[in-house]
Amino acid sequence: MSMLQVSIYRYNPETDSAPYMQEYQVDTQGRDLMVLNILEMLKAEDTTLAYRRSCREGVCGSDGMNMNGKNGLACITSLSDVVKNNKLVLRPLPGLPVVRDLAVDMGLFYKQYERIQPYLQNDEPAPAIERLQSPEERDKLDGLYECILCACCSTACPSFWWNPDKFVGPAGLLQSYRFLADSRDTATQARLAELQDPFSVFRCRGIMNCVAVCPKGLNPTRAIGKIRDMLLANAT
Amino acid sequence: MSTMRSLTFDAIIIGGGGAGMRAALELAKSGKKTAVLSKVFPTRSHTVSAQGGITCAIASADPNDDWRWHMYDTVKGGDYITDQDAAEYMCSEGPKAVFELEHMGLPFSRFENGRIYQRPFGGQSKNFGEGGQAARTCAAADRTGHALLHTLYQNNLKNNTTFLNEWFAVDLVKNADGDVVGCIAMCIETGEVVHVKSKATVLATGGAGRIYASTTNALINTGDGIGMALRAGFPMQDMEMWQFHPTGIYGAGVLVTEGCRGEGGYLVNKDGERFMERYAPNAKDLAGRDVVARSMVMEILEGRGCGENGDHVYLKLDHLGEEVLNKRLPGISELSKIFAHADPTEAPIPVVPTCHYMMGGIPTNVHGQAIMQDADGNDQIVGGLFACGEAACVSVHGANRLGGNSLLDLVVFGRAAGMFIESALNEGVEYLDASESDIDSAMTRINRWNESSGGESVADLKVELQSIMQNAFGVFRQEDNMQEGVKKLAELRGRIAEAHLVDKSGAFNTARIEALELDNLMEVAEATAIAALERKESRGAHSRYDYPDRDDVNWLKHSMYFPLEKKVGKRDVNFKPKTVDTFEPKIRTY
Repeated sequence: MSMLQVSIYRYNPETDSAPYMQEYQVDTQGRDLMVLNILEMLKAEDTTLAYRRSCREGVCGSDGMNMNGKNGLACITSLSDVVKNNKLVLRPLPGLPVVRDLAVDMGLFYKQYERIQPYLQNDEPAPAIERLQSPEERDKLDGLYECILCACCSTACPSFWWNPDKFVGPAGLLQSYRFLADSRDTATQARLAELQDPFSVFRCRGIMNCVAVCPKGLNPTRAIGKIRDMLLANAT
Repeated sequence: MSTMRSLTFDAIIIGGGGAGMRAALELAKSGKKTAVLSKVFPTRSHTVSAQGGITCAIASADPNDDWRWHMYDTVKGGDYITDQDAAEYMCSEGPKAVFELEHMGLPFSRFENGRIYQRPFGGQSKNFGEGGQAARTCAAADRTGHALLHTLYQNNLKNNTTFLNEWFAVDLVKNADGDVVGCIAMCIETGEVVHVKSKATVLATGGAGRIYASTTNALINTGDGIGMALRAGFPMQDMEMWQFHPTGIYGAGVLVTEGCRGEGGYLVNKDGERFMERYAPNAKDLAGRDVVARSMVMEILEGRGCGENGDHVYLKLDHLGEEVLNKRLPGISELSKIFAHADPTEAPIPVVPTCHYMMGGIPTNVHGQAIMQDADGNDQIVGGLFACGEAACVSVHGANRLGGNSLLDLVVFGRAAGMFIESALNEGVEYLDASESDIDSAMTRINRWNESSGGESVADLKVELQSIMQNAFGVFRQEDNMQEGVKKLAELRGRIAEAHLVDKSGAFNTARIEALELDNLMEVAEATAIAALERKESRGAHSRYDYPDRDDVNWLKHSMYFPLEKKVGKRDVNFKPKTVDTFEPKIRTY
């Protein structure tokens, strides 16, 4: 059975009064393709289908989407990873406004990223060469800096769904901790002060959907735990 | 089109990759009204895929390292059509630019002493080729491009750069004097088309690897800046020079870094033989990329390829051990498992030379100013037009780029363009405004697509273009094949001019973007093909069966492709660095 049943969320704001699911059949010739390959095959036939893609190797974070109920990157999710009963259902990332079809408006997500001041801050004059950092200090950034801003985690997070304007969300907090953990950053206190309200960090309920979906295998929940520890230590 | 909205900036930077964002950062700090216009959110740009590192003589791995050695390697690597003033500028300014990145927060890997980790890469030497292999490539594990691109985006946020994200630049606007005074651009989300006015237009649109069927490049690498410049009538330099990276994953085209070989990995044929020992007895697997790619193809052609069809070779890494692979090459371990179903701690990765990088591009000086030639063949600056990064040909890469030199090129020349534009704006530049008809002519092709009512599909035409390029302009080339290719491209151009955009809607219409990109691919492909046919010698990445030797008498030159006449001329290579002696052309061996 090589005809794959594909069901895709369609919505064009200019012509559709409401979104709908469109059914396609794809002949995979038995190959274990990536979900993005399926989209490219469909796009060649039906050019109206809209989605984002760029690197097609899981490093740019463009093609985050919901595949058979789970968020992930279409370019590194193979059919054998995700298809059940020969059926593939593709929807946009949940919780963000849809621009068209599988492309969502990432504005709120980016805003929460910007809010944590995602850049190194160091008020001491820079040396003539690099700032030194031991391999052990640098190791603390592993599992943090690799984030590709695909939004799979934040859009899988119920706390972010409820309060996308106030809860920073797993992606933003992972990056917040990336700078808190950096031995070269001197803005720790100011960063923590920005996060101590009841919403920014503390809305995380440890549901861990973020960990389950991160296509890069990162662990935002652990990073959020570390920020909590820092906030609590700061308070006492 | 008098109803069209216009936006006005001091400088508009088209492209949000490493080069564009480095230029933008400089201009944002200067307080000039600047915007970055990018067809994808900036961190989705192809710089993100760079893995192995940024090559620079920061004297960390070797305290005695010298930028002049790096310059020597770069000139030799480029098979002597590298402009020596540009290589000198890049290699000597490099350390400053790399330290700036570190100060901005780039999470480089580290040595025990706390300095930036550097690994060996191909074509690197100490003491002008006399002192053995150097380790000069600064790395953040094998995710250096990702780390660099995110760091630059973050620092642009810090400096309040204006971003026009998911905007597509359609064509350049030229005034009556021939100066570039902005562009026509489209907001992808809404489909609105606007006239962007600017005193400086920077093309930082990256490469165009998608002209080939098999490429390491992102789907977005469609040579948009090259297409725009060619349609505006500006010449391109060295477009025949395309790098085929030795280690694209067989089948998928996804890159695995040269850093694998830098860390001690090596290539084997079906007999398990480390064949690079025969082709490059000294540097072996770390010879120049052109040399390694050709050797791999020779192995395959002579029946020593691996796999059922004998059409690839293996990259062996398992002997490095899990610790090195996890620490230094975590990203490629991941990619190999996903795309080759091979865990490099146990099994070799099937690899094949894959289109990777465009050495040619818009000719510029070290300030990023675009260059054209007057009737007598003298260089002439194009008013208002700048280029940096892969879209530009400054030329530091000559006929073959060294690994790790592209990221350095981005930051050094992005920064240089930014600094130059700032001072030019301070001195005051004024150009004639574009007239209604100047704007109309920049609207021609988008109008053409919008009014199309029949014709072939964009997707089919793209596949055809890619297959022509793959078959006639690959690692090895020859006259009759290329003649045929050029003819097919000319015919294809006619069909693309009549192709059909079915979906005319406005909101997030990616079909329109892909149609506009196809025009750009067409421009790049034709420039490549005609230039390749004209250069009757083998040099660097350009290898011809029918002209197997380098011809310094006739071709120690840049090629210049003129789009209006579709003719190829020549331009002198710079052999006059300011502070060091000229590196005279020698036989190139590794």
